[in-house]
This record gives sequence, C-alpha cells and structure tokens, in this order.
Amino acid sequence: MPFALLKYALSREHPDDPHFRWKPELNKTYDVVIIGAGGHGLAAAYYLARDHGIKNVAVLEKSWLAGGNTARNTTIVRANYLTPEGVAFYKESVELFRTLSNELDINVMYSERGHFTLAHTDAAMRTARWRAEVNKHLGVNSEVIDAAEVKRICPTMNVTDEARYPILGALYHPPGAIARHDAVAWGYAKEAMKRGVEVHTQTEVKKILIEGGRVKGVETNRGVVHANKVVQAVAGSSSHVARMAGLKLPIKTIPLQACVSEPVKPILDQIVVSGSLHVYISQSARGEMVMGGATDPYGLYSTRSTLDFKESLMGHMLELFPFMGELRILRQWAGKADMTPDFSPVMGLTPIENYYIDAGWGTWGFKATPVSGKRMAECIATGRQPDLLKPFALSRFSTFDLVGEKGAASVGH
Amino acid sequence: MKILRCPLNGPRNISEFVWGGEMKPMPDPATASDAEWTEYLFLEDNIAGEITEWWLHAPTNYWFVARRNTITDEIIETMTYDQFLASHKKDAAVPAGDAEAAAKPVTGGTQTGASSA
Repeated sequence: MPFALLKYALSREHPDDPHFRWKPELNKTYDVVIIGAGGHGLAAAYYLARDHGIKNVAVLEKSWLAGGNTARNTTIVRANYLTPEGVAFYKESVELFRTLSNELDINVMYSERGHFTLAHTDAAMRTARWRAEVNKHLGVNSEVIDAAEVKRICPTMNVTDEARYPILGALYHPPGAIARHDAVAWGYAKEAMKRGVEVHTQTEVKKILIEGGRVKGVETNRGVVHANKVVQAVAGSSSHVARMAGLKLPIKTIPLQACVSEPVKPILDQIVVSGSLHVYISQSARGEMVMGGATDPYGLYSTRSTLDFKESLMGHMLELFPFMGELRILRQWAGKADMTPDFSPVMGLTPIENYYIDAGWGTWGFKATPVSGKRMAECIATGRQPDLLKPFALSRFSTFDLVGEKGAASVGH
Repeated sequence: MKILRCPLNGPRNISEFVWGGEMKPMPDPATASDAEWTEYLFLEDNIAGEITEWWLHAPTNYWFVARRNTITDEIIETMTYDQFLASHKKDAAVPAGDAEAAAKPVTGGTQTGASSA
C-alpha cells in the first residue's frame, strides 16, 4: 500500500481529473454572462449547459468561488412553506437535492433528518395546521403533532410546562434535511466547467452596458465583456448590482447571524425551529450544533456578530435543550440577507431586455439552489418566465400581487 | 448593547427602538399613480453607506430621524423630524436664517434633542 501510494503521488498521470477546469483568459464575448459565482449562479450555468446546450457561458465573481451567502447559510433544506406558490417551488428543490450527489458526482452529504416547526401558542398551532394542509394538498409530507409526539421523536427536547413558552405541538416535516453547502456549489461549478462553462474569480463587474433598453455586456476590472444575456445572482449585493443596470429593487439588506458550538457526538437528529422564539438548531455531520435566529433588527451591510443576538438565542435554546448549557460556542458569523416585503425571491425577467435577475433570497436561498438554477436557466434560454417562477417576478410589486410567504425562516407568525 | 440617542428620551438601549426604514417622500394619496405607490411602498435605495432613516422609540411611541452608516453600523446623528426638515431646507440652499433656528441635531456627547422645535 505505501508503495502504491508513493507511485501514485509521483506519477505524472493522475487518474483523477482536476476538480475545476479553470481557464485563465477572459473572452471578449459570451452568450450568457452570470454575475456572481455562488450556488445560484453556478447552478444556473450548469443547467444552461446541461438542459439547453448553452455552453458559451462565463460566471464572473468579484472574490472567490461560493464565498458569500452560499458559505454562510445554515444548510437547511425543506419544502414545508405556507403559500401554494412557495410550496410547489421548494418541493421541486427538495426533489432535485435528493439526487444531487449522483448528478454532480460529489458527496453533498444530503441527510434527511425531519424538521420541527414548534408552536408555543394557539396562533402558531393554527398556522402549523394551515401549513400542513397546504403541504399535503401539494404532495409535501407534513403533519401537525402534539407535544408528546414531539418528545417521542426528539427525546432531548424539553417539552415540559415549566418552560417560559411551553411547547403545544409542532409542524413535523419528515423530509427536512441538511446538506454540505460548499459541496453543492463546488459540484455545480465542477460539472458546469466540465461542459465548457467558464468561471472567472477576482473579476468584478463595474458597469452594466445597456443600449436602447437592451443589455449588451458588462465592464469588469479585466476589461469589457460582451454578452447576449446577462444575469445577476449576487445575494447581499443585489441592490448595488441592480442599480448599475438602472433598476431599483424591493430589497432591504439585513444581516442574519448564526453560530456553531464545539463538535459533540450525535445527540440531536432533527432540525428544530421555533418561529415564536426566533431560534433554529440542527447538528451537522461534524457534530457541531448549528444555530441561528431572526434577522437583525435593522438594515446593515456588515457581517459582524453581536452579543445581543447570542443572548436572546441562548436564552431560548437553553430552555429547549438544557444540555446545551455544557457546550461552548466555536464560531460565529453573519450573512447579508436580501429581505423582500413578502419573504419571497425576485426572479426572472426585468424591464431591461435580456437582463435577468435572481435576487431577494433573504433567509431562504440555500434550499432553493437547485430549483432556482434550473428554472433561471429555463428563463434565460427561452426568454420567458417559467410557470413556477411567475409568482416571483419583479413585476408583482407594480401590480400589487405579493406572495406573503410567512413560512420563511426567521419569520414570526 | 448598542445605544441609540432618542431626541426625546436621551440615550437608550437599541432594543427599545424599532427601525422604520429609509426616509422617502410620501406621494399625495389623492393624485398618486400606481407606479408612485409601488416606488414608495416597496422599492428601496438600500444604500451601502450613509443613509437617513426613521426610528421609533417604542415605549413612548416617538418617531424621529437618524443618519447612520450602513457599512460601519455607526449612528452619525439623531434629530427630531422638525430638525430634519430644517436641515433639509438648509441643504437645498434655503436662506440660512429659517433653518438654523430649528436645526439642532443631536450629536456626540451632549444631549440637546429634547428641545424639539
């Protein structure tokens, strides 16, 4: 074995392909330029190449591959939303996630854990019932369960009456899952690049070129790049990039903080969320408790962490899981979340011809990575808004036809 | 905890306040078009940098104006709405005499904001 390993190391012909096929030069012209090499942009590039034969695509990234909100989310995947529009959309994403490891030939560690949305009030029980019925109607597995059933499935949870906000029941969503977020983005990048898509990091878009209401390309720190179609997929900087194209978005940038504990042996199998207490928690494959809460109380373009957030998070967390008192916090971080007034994304066509938008991903972006990539690719290739994306069009704000997705993470009911 | 200086109540914990979002002029309800309402209700400048925005001190239900840097999270100044209007007029090159009487923004160390115009 050691000899074989040594031989392999010294061999000039490694059997494995390089993970990413980088191409250093930036062309003058592409069919499609995608701004932002996060999960969504890379997924759109992959599906453009796989499903629509559009391979002359460049994904331009200001910093490095998947270093923004793709690396900052808490990796939860679920479809138990409230509105029929939202449920249908996220359901397709869950279905794509299930086969993603095979599809992308990379282990995204998709792990179905079961997802609780706890209810501490009659109003929250009512919302849980509402969500369960909408979910079941659309073929998504969700059920309202009582506190005793919560305890049976998740024995470590404190469901006694002694808590400040006792648990009355929960919306239980067995397909709720976690996945390895970096691998999802890397997998899409790898497979897209294998099909001819170019990914250029350290390439910042400075200007969007528009002539007569039609996009012509972008100006970058590495020169002008012409393109038939341009897509923006830049969570956290959506308003900034859209402004370059002369668009004003219904987005407020608000930090969403999260943290993880030191790793421990498996103790918590499920994903537990409480909208009323503004906390959510799951245990990663590495053993860390991954925790988050509500978005910050005011808008900010910063990824700083605050003590206020952790105090409020831990106060409630210790009541839900008293054993957490033994754990120490290992890391803390924040992401810049694009919050929309109806807790739904802004996707598809814009008033500018051949300019497409994928924004407004607030606290619900990672779980939508595959479906957003697939449907944005369809939208870009056909120039038409796919049915699944029609409710999420930018134009809904001018027609006062908002979605009202109160099943989004970090949203109280 | 971060401290926000309320023109009425002085320096208080920021948890007592509710963010009201960026300031924008409300269109005239009698004449506004759908496009104007869309712009006013939903569309945001969402600027990274210095902004002027509404804040509410919830316990006293008191609305006021703050200038804040959304990159550094630094509150530059807070002022009453009257003070904001006055300083706004000054920016628009209105004769200085009118504006200065009312414009006493609350900044830094000393608390002067309670004397609302």
